[in-house]
Amino acid sequence: MTRALINVPKQAKRGDVIEIKVLISHAMETGYRRDSMGKAIPRDIINRFVCTYNGTEVFRADLFPAIAANPFLSFFTVATESGTIALNWTGDDGQTQTQEVNITVA
Amino acid sequence: MGDRLTSSAPTRRQFLVAVGGCAVAPLLTTQPAGATSDSMATAIREVIGEATVREGKVKLDLPPLIENGNAVPLSVSVENPMTETDHVKSVHIFNEKNPQPNVASFHLGPRAGRARISTRIRLADSQKVIAIAQLSDGSFWSDSVDVIVTLAACLEDSVSP
Repeated sequence: MTRALINVPKQAKRGDVIEIKVLISHAMETGYRRDSMGKAIPRDIINRFVCTYNGTEVFRADLFPAIAANPFLSFFTVATESGTIALNWTGDDGQTQTQEVNITVA
Repeated sequence: MGDRLTSSAPTRRQFLVAVGGCAVAPLLTTQPAGATSDSMATAIREVIGEATVREGKVKLDLPPLIENGNAVPLSVSVENPMTETDHVKSVHIFNEKNPQPNVASFHLGPRAGRARISTRIRLADSQKVIAIAQLSDGSFWSDSVDVIVTLAACLEDSVSP
């Protein structure tokens, strides 16, 4: 389990363009580093991030080791209706995690 | 163990490079030793195919002088309406000198409202960073920024000997 900070406006007017900001606590191990014994540290990054708005995909990112540790992402979407914005990310180990926030659209 | 290895392989270093290269090569389509302009061009070709890339529309924002390459704020925006018929489909970020040429690929749609993405990236050296956007009509647009990095990311612990 990773911890994440998610910033989405709680309320918006219909048609507003809203900003979604995510900060995920993750080492984003590149696979290019070595430990003190000289052994390569295996790669372990979040390689996929998807944002869905009431089940419809609005943003997707393929991430590579060049993304900094504790990945931060900011992007936009149109507030179309009240409902749930779900953020889902998948790591190299295949573990996937979803966090949801509710939004009220007037 | 040391005797047998050194007699069959020229040096320990070359042996390790060979073994490391074999292990990494199938996993990566790019050169494991470090991205060059060539591998960046290859990575870009894989995304855009035979299409031509024009400069413009895209605005890539990076600080020109970076003190710490471990967390470089990057933001990219595309000046284009986001409607059903005319929108930005994807934005790809590439670099020249990190071990891998890819940084990130963002996929958008008309629901995005505004084609603007911010994140933080790692940069291993002073180099060129390129953003390429694909529009819904299939055209590609790009912007590039040259940056100077004073403290490089993963310099002291890169895999290459």
